[in-house]
Amino acid sequence: MTRQQIWQKMTAHLDLPLLAGMALLMVASLLTLYSASDHSFERVMAQSANILVGLCCLWVVANLPLHYLMRTAVPIYVLGIVLLIGVALFGEISHGARRWLNIGVATIQPSELMKVGVPLMMAWYFEKYETSLSLKNYVVAALLLLLPVGLIARQPDLGTALLISASGFYVLFLAGLSWRVMGGLFVAAVASAPLMWSMLHDYQRHRIEMLFDPTQDALGKGYHTIQGMIAVGSGGILGKGYLNGTQTHLDFLPERTTDFIFAVYSEEFGLVGNLILLAIYFFVISRGFVITANASTYFTRLMAGSITLTFATYAFVNMGMVSGILPIVGVPLPLISYGGTSMLTLLLGFGMLMSIQTHKKLVKS
Amino acid sequence: MKNRVELKNHQREIFNFRLRLFIGMGFTLLLLGILLARFVYLQAMRHDYYQTMAERNRISVMPIIPNRGLILDRNGLVLAHNFSGYTLEITPSKVSDLPTVINELAKLIDIQPRDRKRFKKLQTESHNFETLMIRSRLTDGEVARFAAQQYRFPGVEIKARLFREYPYSDKTAHLLGYIGRINQADEDKLDDNDQLANYRGTDYIGKTGLEQFYETELHGTTGIEQVEVDSAGRAVRVLSHTPPISGNTLILSIDAKLQDIAEQAFGDYRGALVAIDPRNGEVLAFVSRPGYDPSLFVDGIDEENWKALNTSLDHPLNNRVLRGQYPSGSTIKPFMALAGLFYHTRSPAQAISDPGFYTLSGSSHQYRDWKKGGHGSVDMFKAIVVSCDTYFYGLAVDMGIDNIHNYLSRFGFGKKTGIDLEGETSGLLPSQEWKMKRFKQKWYSGDTVSVGIGQGYSLVTPLQLAAATATLANDGVGYKPHLLKEVKNSATNQISKLENKPEFDLKLEPASIDMVKRAMVAVTQPGGTAVAASAGAPYSIGGKTGTAQVVGMKQGEKYDASKLDERHRDHAWFISFAPADKPKVAVVVLVENGGHGGGVAAPIARKVMDYYLLGKIPAPVLPKGIKPADAPQLEAEHD
Repeated sequence: MTRQQIWQKMTAHLDLPLLAGMALLMVASLLTLYSASDHSFERVMAQSANILVGLCCLWVVANLPLHYLMRTAVPIYVLGIVLLIGVALFGEISHGARRWLNIGVATIQPSELMKVGVPLMMAWYFEKYETSLSLKNYVVAALLLLLPVGLIARQPDLGTALLISASGFYVLFLAGLSWRVMGGLFVAAVASAPLMWSMLHDYQRHRIEMLFDPTQDALGKGYHTIQGMIAVGSGGILGKGYLNGTQTHLDFLPERTTDFIFAVYSEEFGLVGNLILLAIYFFVISRGFVITANASTYFTRLMAGSITLTFATYAFVNMGMVSGILPIVGVPLPLISYGGTSMLTLLLGFGMLMSIQTHKKLVKS
Repeated sequence: MKNRVELKNHQREIFNFRLRLFIGMGFTLLLLGILLARFVYLQAMRHDYYQTMAERNRISVMPIIPNRGLILDRNGLVLAHNFSGYTLEITPSKVSDLPTVINELAKLIDIQPRDRKRFKKLQTESHNFETLMIRSRLTDGEVARFAAQQYRFPGVEIKARLFREYPYSDKTAHLLGYIGRINQADEDKLDDNDQLANYRGTDYIGKTGLEQFYETELHGTTGIEQVEVDSAGRAVRVLSHTPPISGNTLILSIDAKLQDIAEQAFGDYRGALVAIDPRNGEVLAFVSRPGYDPSLFVDGIDEENWKALNTSLDHPLNNRVLRGQYPSGSTIKPFMALAGLFYHTRSPAQAISDPGFYTLSGSSHQYRDWKKGGHGSVDMFKAIVVSCDTYFYGLAVDMGIDNIHNYLSRFGFGKKTGIDLEGETSGLLPSQEWKMKRFKQKWYSGDTVSVGIGQGYSLVTPLQLAAATATLANDGVGYKPHLLKEVKNSATNQISKLENKPEFDLKLEPASIDMVKRAMVAVTQPGGTAVAASAGAPYSIGGKTGTAQVVGMKQGEKYDASKLDERHRDHAWFISFAPADKPKVAVVVLVENGGHGGGVAAPIARKVMDYYLLGKIPAPVLPKGIKPADAPQLEAEHD
């Protein structure tokens, strides 16, 4: 084989438009991280490593034929549930929540695994009963969703629980859950809101209260929101310039390499930078929708749709919370925030999208 | 057929899915639209607001405290200045176990029980987050020792501060006063005067004396430094710098050397001395004995010292010049004589026959003269020279209390002089109206009798008497006594002189004032009551002695100093001016429990005059080991 042939084979299952959009976001990630970490080259290298590892996994997943992917659904889901139960029983407590499980070689956060595991399982389940779908199947699928969500909400990790709920809901929605049921669920959700409120932890309630009036506790719980809004707002149209964000470099922004990295970006690149970022996200999401629309099987359609919508949701929730229209729920900005786990989870998802896009001809033939 | 149905189902399913996907895309677009709107709102519409917020976040305005103005005497000698020194300071809120930390610090740095007590007092007076001084004036060795161990003491730091120092210490304490930590009352006052902003960062303010009176001159203008800070409040870099403007330099009319000589002349006596230039009201010496160490207050006085000062029988904190109210005794006689001449109650030549006592008509009560048997035939001149009580009893009664009140008030008795110090008292110049108000009683002629010789209800402050003496010496043209001579602007170095214009002119009859002054000169000549005051002086001195009774005498009882407790002895007065023909200085001396005015008070005045007029520095006053009580009493003096 010539070098060119090897290259072709290597890249055969990669979706170049998607990859290009992702690459732009990753470049933005490294640039912003360099500023957010006060010129820490180490941080940038660590994130580069995260990206590299993630891309390897993406490549592997993208090259997997779809039936392999389907076969992983049940084992991943079951493993996830077992680990979540393990966390509930033996998990390590940090910051008042039990999220991490020490499995000897490392501590892991099983809820991250379920971000992929839950939609995968649900899509697999719908595929299995594709020809004879009835309301009963939707109920079972909903239970497949609620079991891990309940376990994660108990940790408590409300943000992740809500996001997994969203990705599961997207599967249900795309699988054709009737409008009437959805309407009924919506009414039920609104009706049960007071009950939910009473079940929330104090800190979660504070965060929601603070959303409506962050100034009432400007040095305490509202601090994150206020400083985030100040950073975004003071960025103005053109931004303060790369490496010149005062909120960032004078240490006013909390968690600025992770959940609040968007505030750093926004402060330094302004409204114009935000528009460009939104455009890139829109491009990536659109590509996801194109892949979804062209997907050949029920499973792949559901999976691709859920991955794409979930990605859009992550981006919206993160930017929404930094700019003060959503409560602070601890969601990273997809592909930009520093962190290995979220990068890996996202790239696994994109790997699946690419696999779905590039394996369909083989399935059809 | 079946195949077709499946196909149809499949197409419908695809259609349904794509419809839902389309809705999902719409939903996504909606979310992105919301974000876009939010960004436009925050970054375009509300940008100015958040820009300000970010600026406020990062910019901290730090005050730069101005140097307090200097205080100099008329010859440029420094009376109050600043020196920089190191202090050890603790922020109580940052220290968990204060007593242990202080004990640990005491192993490195000399911390006396006095310092601990003062610290405790400071703690009760201030907020927990302020840094409080535990030791001031650290030595270089102490600074180095602490610096090496600083990591062990979070919340403890060494600060460079400016300290106020008064080189003459207790000798100028009553004059200069002192500065002390700003308390709530000071803060309220500053707030009322819109001065609070200018005092940002300033810890000290003038509490008494000139430091208080000229606070606005001395404080200066606080500078501003805009500093970029991080969220922990650490300064990162300076953005702008407006330097402070130091306080102005006060140049006093006080002659520090003269003041020093006067202080020394008092020896161990308590009392007061005021020297005034009668030609312009400049106060040359301002002595209240005993003084106190003002630095105790600057650092924040501890309980023990405060108690000691406050409960001392010597009342060192009492500013006798300004606030001490004493019977004037016979020193009032020259003024009474002028009053008598003014109202034509007596002519200068009109003489009385003095049997040694005075009786009111229709009464047998004898008001005794100080001299048993009397002075014989006495006219006004002789009455002043020999200090004849009988003459002035009669004069006062014939004049009437209201005339006395009206005339003496022209000399400033019963009123504040308006000197540039806070807290002056006004003495007491009685009248019928006053007695009715005060005691709801009518005035009796008997009350007037004792007023005639400066006893009874009447009270004067040493400062009042000095101002009146200066006015008399200046032939009735009076100046408001003042301590400040010039102000030197610290920014422009311009000197603005205080305008010296007379406050009033009593338009005295030249013959009257001339006669009274001649009589006062005769007082210091052989045959007068203060002959020792001018013995051997190359210039002539006009004076008058006086005795202020501390304990009342019963009828027929004889005053015997040796039988009385020292503190119950009479106060000695001497008022004087020199040179008599063209007075350049008026000196008033009060010696508490000094007994006879001519004996103790006059020599002190003489030393002050000798230095001021001749530049003569006196020999030490009292040999060591001799207490004031043992001081020999001169035969010639009586009063």
